[in-house]
Amino acid sequence: MLATLLQAAAGAALGKAGIALGAAIAVVGAAIGLGKIGQSTMESIARQPQAAGDIRGAMIVIGAFMEGVALFAIIVCLMALNAD
Amino acid sequence: MPLLLLAVLPVRAQEGAEPVEDEAVDVKGIIFGHLKDSYHWHVITIGEKEVSIYLPVILHSKVSGWHFFSSRKLEETGSYEGFHIADTGAFAGRLVEAMPDGTELKPLDLSLTKVAFGIIINSLLLCLIVMCTAGWYKRHSSTDPAPGGFTGLMEYVIFMIVDDVIKPSVGKEYKRYAPLLLTIFFFILLSNLMGLIPIFPAGANVTGNIAVTLSLALVTFFTVNVFGNREYWKEILWPDVPIFLKVPPILPLIEFIGIFTKPFALTVRLFANITAGHAIILALTCMIFITAKMGPAIGAPMTALSLFFMVFMNMLELLVAYIQAYVFTILSAMFIGLAHPEHEHKKDDKSIELKN
Repeated sequence: MLATLLQAAAGAALGKAGIALGAAIAVVGAAIGLGKIGQSTMESIARQPQAAGDIRGAMIVIGAFMEGVALFAIIVCLMALNAD
Repeated sequence: MPLLLLAVLPVRAQEGAEPVEDEAVDVKGIIFGHLKDSYHWHVITIGEKEVSIYLPVILHSKVSGWHFFSSRKLEETGSYEGFHIADTGAFAGRLVEAMPDGTELKPLDLSLTKVAFGIIINSLLLCLIVMCTAGWYKRHSSTDPAPGGFTGLMEYVIFMIVDDVIKPSVGKEYKRYAPLLLTIFFFILLSNLMGLIPIFPAGANVTGNIAVTLSLALVTFFTVNVFGNREYWKEILWPDVPIFLKVPPILPLIEFIGIFTKPFALTVRLFANITAGHAIILALTCMIFITAKMGPAIGAPMTALSLFFMVFMNMLELLVAYIQAYVFTILSAMFIGLAHPEHEHKKDDKSIELKN
């Protein structure tokens, strides 16, 4: 039965679906991380409004790092997509 | 912007309301064609005629020596002097030489490709901007009022980078590395912005090319490791940790690998951010053409939606252009600062006791 399942999977191009799913999971991770950064930024600015400039700058830099990590996964998915 | 892109996309606009199936929109080809490098620079398509700038091809083959020719010769027949652009295989998209036994040999390719020409244009534009700014300071004395206009803008940005990024991150020796870091910042910012403008002389995807970002990261790599002082190398190879982490070299090995992962992260971060932004904008543009083929009922609202999203994405890309240049510069500044650590004084340091 496993053999028929594998055959059906190969026929339905499950590899491509797997690549797209990998990219989607990476985006979910990035979204959760950016949400946490935004949450802590809002709370910090609410506690101390005069430090808003520094906090905003730090938020932007950390957001860029986070996006970099998520884009590593996107690049791997693009490479896997073009490998065949 | 979509009107300008209309001129560049190789899609024939369909007349009439019925959907036609004979020419599917090659979305992947359009997107990768814009993201990848090429041997000619396609400027505009007027009707049926393609206006391109044919860049010089400079090759050195182990078999047949040096070759110089314009890439127009490749356009006419597809193959010239034994060289053709490979379609598939390891060298897909690049010039290879056809060997008599059927294999393809890749020559040493020093051609002026679209990205290389884009780098030259961006560098000349950057020199022009910076020299004009510097010329203002030569013509005025220090007691004159502060500059306004373009020079004032450049002064504001330069001072912001030096005061907020370079001075805190690099530390005491910031003046030695400030010119390099400012050059990196302005070059990346200008190249990102030029990549968003679709018409010649802008429009080359310079920072979305991994060779370019790798070269920028290598500049940081050499600056950090060649100019790092003894304390920096001591902290990597023989750090101040318990002996069981040093003798089977666990921590020194981790630190040594860290020397290479930091520029790698710089490379991939800049490349991926810029490429992803360009790909999204191109995909949204192609969506107009795909939905136009399905008839006007779907085509019209999707065109409006796609136009709105594209304008939003372009605004986001402007922000990303600035942020990526800023992040590259601040990370390079931090790595350079970490390469010049101060020797920490320990409790039993004799030199402190003698000073008392």
